[in-house]
Amino acid sequence: MATRTTTTPAQAPAWLPGGGGHEIAGVRVPVRSVRSELRAIKVVWKRELIRFSRDRLRILTSLVQPFLFLFVLGTGLSRLASAGTHGVNLRTFVYPGVLCMAVMFTAMFSAASLVWDREFGFLREMMVAPVRRSSLVLGKCLGGATVASFQGIIVLCLAGLVGVPYAASLIIEIFALQLLLAFAITAFGVMIAARITQMQSFMALMQMAIMPMYFLSGAIFPVTGLPQWLEILNRIDPLTYAVDPMRRIVFSHLKISPLARATLDPGVTWWGWHIPGIAEAGVVALLGLTMLTIAIAQFSRAE
Amino acid sequence: MSSAAASTQDPAPAPREQGPAPAVSVHGLVKSYDEVEAVRGIDFDVQAGEIFGFLGPNGAGKSTTISMLCTLVRPSGGSALVAGHDVVSERDEVRRSIGLVFQDTTLDGYLTAEQNLRLHAELYGVPRDAVLERMRQVMEMVGLWERRGSRVNTFSGGMKRRLEIARGLLHSPRVLFLDEPTVGLDPQTRSSIWSYIRELKAREDITIFLTTHYMDEAEYCDRIAIMDQGRIIVLDTPETLKANVGKDRVQIQTGDDQAAIDALREQFGIEATVAEGAVTFGVADGEQFVPRLFAEFDQPIRSVSVSRPSLDDVFMSYTGTTIRDAEASQTDTRRNFAKMMSR
Repeated sequence: MATRTTTTPAQAPAWLPGGGGHEIAGVRVPVRSVRSELRAIKVVWKRELIRFSRDRLRILTSLVQPFLFLFVLGTGLSRLASAGTHGVNLRTFVYPGVLCMAVMFTAMFSAASLVWDREFGFLREMMVAPVRRSSLVLGKCLGGATVASFQGIIVLCLAGLVGVPYAASLIIEIFALQLLLAFAITAFGVMIAARITQMQSFMALMQMAIMPMYFLSGAIFPVTGLPQWLEILNRIDPLTYAVDPMRRIVFSHLKISPLARATLDPGVTWWGWHIPGIAEAGVVALLGLTMLTIAIAQFSRAE
Repeated sequence: MSSAAASTQDPAPAPREQGPAPAVSVHGLVKSYDEVEAVRGIDFDVQAGEIFGFLGPNGAGKSTTISMLCTLVRPSGGSALVAGHDVVSERDEVRRSIGLVFQDTTLDGYLTAEQNLRLHAELYGVPRDAVLERMRQVMEMVGLWERRGSRVNTFSGGMKRRLEIARGLLHSPRVLFLDEPTVGLDPQTRSSIWSYIRELKAREDITIFLTTHYMDEAEYCDRIAIMDQGRIIVLDTPETLKANVGKDRVQIQTGDDQAAIDALREQFGIEATVAEGAVTFGVADGEQFVPRLFAEFDQPIRSVSVSRPSLDDVFMSYTGTTIRDAEASQTDTRRNFAKMMSR
């Protein structure tokens, strides 16, 4: 270090007075504009991608849970449930839920990195920048959504293993839903991270929210004929509205008996009204936007 | 003490009279948190191109002041202009014209040095075609251009601090704020950081505002403001402040401090206190006083040290305590408070 210190003045870069060469007397920073906000959104988004691509371990570990559910739980329970599934493999049945799960965990970890950013100080670098807090939060949520959907694609690639055909329309529709869900979950996590400053508390809280959401959503059981208390909880659970359209898309590409379809893919109803898939996606989008708005408000208020 | 009061009301003018509008201008700035007044109404100007230091023990209100000037904390009262912009109503203009180096690192350790700087350039809207050249300038200045491809996690504490300084300069701020820039660094790195700071002043058209609780570092500043308990006690050049003390500092180790203090008062008419574990007092000519002390003093003396006035003495002459003792007593207070609460 000491040698660096003494050599630096001697190195006399070209831009020094008397150093010769062309010089840049510093840069001029323009006033704030839509363009500068877009640059900010983009760079926060890009940072998520760089960090994710560096973290191979995270890519692997966040795939463990979906694989467990799909192959261990799906295969194991199918021995019990084969009578009730009308010939449909249980792995195929839980597959839509696993498609959701794959993006949920990655999106959650993306939001969690905000808590680390605060702890390691980097959040401050972003908070003092001359850009809107909304740009930072939006960049973060888009980044989380992007890396989580990447994780979703990996699970999407497994479709063939569980008897789901690789149809273009299926892949596009599922991917769009995954993007939407990933965005909503990241927004949810960012909203929580605005308040929770300790990693342990954040993770505990997220686990407490995510696991019940997953179990109540119908990812591992059909949503008709449930006891009333469970049906009410299921309809309140936001994840229900992501799992159900995924399952509809997957099942629309399966050649199965009408009885199996009616039992396993009954669709979510509100007081007997069958909610269209697009409206379900709308529910997820609306929730995502609401949480994004709350997250932005919280970060804008924070000193 | 009377001169201290005078200086508070009428801060000494900056060395440059002809200069343009001040880089920082603060009037009656106050910050209170619930019951605690962290900053209790301070006034000062920082001239463009100056190295201005805030000196004081931890908890004196330095960091709170710097946070208000950087728009991170909203003042409870008073006003502050930075680079001509109000820190409350023109927050973004202020943010664009300042560079910040915090006490704790704010780098992303997972990114490389270059990625960290590029991210900063994007957030501050540095024109794309100027980014590379400007990045090279600032990284060469702190001697890190060759390490630009390394992840920041692999850097030492000193390298991180240098990278933060480079990053703080990337968007050519008019004022660079350094909050305790050398805290926690080894002496060698500290002096290298200081050589960068002084080079900076020569190379860039920039005003540097820093806080420190190291006395020796305050000497590098053009002017310093001594802060204690939320107030500016005195503000002047280090030379003037030291000259005003006019006394050498004598410290003696004795068997019985209280007896020694009493004896000094009776025999020599000197008021002494215990500071840093030794009986401490000021006399006009310390070296001539020591032989007299040995000849006439009736208390046993284990050791004697005489030092020229330092900023430590300046601080002591205005506050009656040394910076280290001021910090220690704060810790004591906190500890006692904690003890009290746990009962």
